[in-house]
Amino acid sequence: MEYIPNFIFALIFFVGVSVFIRNIRKVILNIKLGKKSDRSDQLLKRARNMALLAFGQSKMIRRPIVGILHLIVYLGFIIINIELLEIIIDGLLGTHRVLAPFLGGAYDILIGTFEYFAFLVIISVFIFWIRRNIIRVKRFWNKEMVGWPKLDADLILYFEVILMSLFLLMNASDYLIQTNYPLQEEYIKVGYFPISKFLAFFLNGISLESLVLIERTSWWLHIIGILFFANYLYYSKHLHIILAFPNTFFANLEAKGRFKNIKSITEEVKLMMDPNNDPYNNNSIDQSVPDKFGASDVMDLEWIQLMNAYTCTECGRCTSVCPANQTGKTLSPRKIMMDTRDRLEEVGKNIAMNGEFKEDGKQLIKHYIMPEEIWACTSCNACVEECPIDIDPLSIIMSIRQYLVMEKSEAPADLNNMMSNIENNGAPWPFNQQDRLNWVQEL
Amino acid sequence: MSEKMIQVPTLSELTSKGITPEILFWVGCSGSFDERAKRITKAFVYLLDKMNISFAVLGAEESCTGDPAKRSGNDFLFQMQALANIEILNGYGIKRIVTTCPHCFNTLKNEYPDLGGNYQVLHHTEFLNNLLDEGKLKIDKGTFKGKRITYHDPCYLGRANNIYEAPRELIKKLDAELIEMKSCKSKGLCCGAGGAQMFKEPEQGKKDINIKRTEEALEVKPNIIAASCPFCNTMMTDGIKNKEKDNEIPVMDIAELIMKAKKI
Repeated sequence: MEYIPNFIFALIFFVGVSVFIRNIRKVILNIKLGKKSDRSDQLLKRARNMALLAFGQSKMIRRPIVGILHLIVYLGFIIINIELLEIIIDGLLGTHRVLAPFLGGAYDILIGTFEYFAFLVIISVFIFWIRRNIIRVKRFWNKEMVGWPKLDADLILYFEVILMSLFLLMNASDYLIQTNYPLQEEYIKVGYFPISKFLAFFLNGISLESLVLIERTSWWLHIIGILFFANYLYYSKHLHIILAFPNTFFANLEAKGRFKNIKSITEEVKLMMDPNNDPYNNNSIDQSVPDKFGASDVMDLEWIQLMNAYTCTECGRCTSVCPANQTGKTLSPRKIMMDTRDRLEEVGKNIAMNGEFKEDGKQLIKHYIMPEEIWACTSCNACVEECPIDIDPLSIIMSIRQYLVMEKSEAPADLNNMMSNIENNGAPWPFNQQDRLNWVQEL
Repeated sequence: MSEKMIQVPTLSELTSKGITPEILFWVGCSGSFDERAKRITKAFVYLLDKMNISFAVLGAEESCTGDPAKRSGNDFLFQMQALANIEILNGYGIKRIVTTCPHCFNTLKNEYPDLGGNYQVLHHTEFLNNLLDEGKLKIDKGTFKGKRITYHDPCYLGRANNIYEAPRELIKKLDAELIEMKSCKSKGLCCGAGGAQMFKEPEQGKKDINIKRTEEALEVKPNIIAASCPFCNTMMTDGIKNKEKDNEIPVMDIAELIMKAKKI
């Protein structure tokens, strides 16, 4: 009978971890629906980018106040996870604060640090909540942020406060048992509780049984909460705490102005321009020419673009700096990422249910993203520059433009005029190429 | 500009004489045809002449780099333009290209190599800044002394290629007061012309982007708005006209500023 808690813990932990792994596999499977793109070059530069942006949060500091608050929550998240190790061992072995005897004085320092961080995280999250809900920072209230995205963002904040509070409450009751009931064998005198000892003040005078109950309940709820939160990630915008790392590692390292060359087109254009080529008798045409240019749906995008979509945490920095969005156009780079992710989820579910993708009469363009959004982009790269973890909404916009123009001939009329000018006279305006040097006469 | 006749040789003329110029000046479509942008072209050519730089242009052999086609999503047209241009450039054995247009600059520098066009490509602000550092041109510091100049970063020079300092250093060399807008350098707001927007009407919205950018520029109360892109120049000039400030605040390319301040 005495091993029942250990067994229950092992079961909960196993289920929690299994579901987590299953969710991550779903994410990976969906990302793999994307087209190939080689990002295995310049490994050192990639590692450096990840170290700076994901580990070092270097781009978050572009907005100093939130940057520092986010840094606190991030460090708190990482550091407090060390505590998780002890919780898991304790849970499986039925021990209490198993690491204390091994670490000695270092244990006190660790617990103290955890407590300071837990407190700072609560403060930061509180400020985040105020920014979202009281100050109503504009980027949290764009059109795409109604309903689930808004609730999701708030829920994550509540989660964090609850998890941190449970941690402190657990320590507070432990501290009280240690001080008021020194004969309790289980609750040996360990740890340094700089924050929870103040919290203990409110629990003073409570019986030993109640304190043990509070301590145990907090402990259980804390670990269950963590496992729940880990599995909530997949259903929320919060996957960035994991995907920020691969996303910055595989990010585009080229100059932002360099838009990728489409090789299959190069082959065709070269053949077209070759005067010796007989179009009716040609065996050299590359049969691997893709059946489709650009992207109308998520499967046409590259895997890195799909990873971008899962990585987006909907902070809206991109949208807040977008010139089109700032001037009231429907384009919002964040919405591009959210739509891509939502459509990818839909396609993933479709495949899981039918074994392969079953035509559902929908696609990314026109059912999620409207051409009006795509054509409002100035390709200014402000969104790409602003994203703290190197998400590239512009590349998706360009892929969709390629589809609209090369597959559907659905460019805005003005652009069609411009393009036929280039084709006919080598300039976007209807001027004669022979007149290119006329300005010299005006010198 | 009638002090003396400026020679603008074409590459084919020089090649027939067996001369290889130091640089090819890629004029671009705006620089060739747009009335406002042609003044930038002329100012730059004037400076090249003044500094005795051996240069040439392609003239009628030049054709659109394909930038607006590529940004519109038409890679076929882009690559047709690019491959044709590369054939000409490589035929002449071109090594160095200077251009006054950040869009041409970006395309030639970043997108031509994949198609077999490998050149050292410079934007005219980098090129001029280097020459001034070498002392090739003397600046009359009185011309713009005490003038408040704000610089608008073109997206395809700034964020696209991380060139923020060369144009600013040039303004500082004029001894003018460089004032930064609220959003500048990597945070600079687009003028609204990039991504082929120059050639189409904007989508429905509350405001045009160039008006917003002009308002940001006017906020810092400049005497002059400096730009280094023909498209930005057009957009900001339109914005200033819209605000009825075109008589007070000129929009000038950095090449034009340098030309005005050069010592004769």
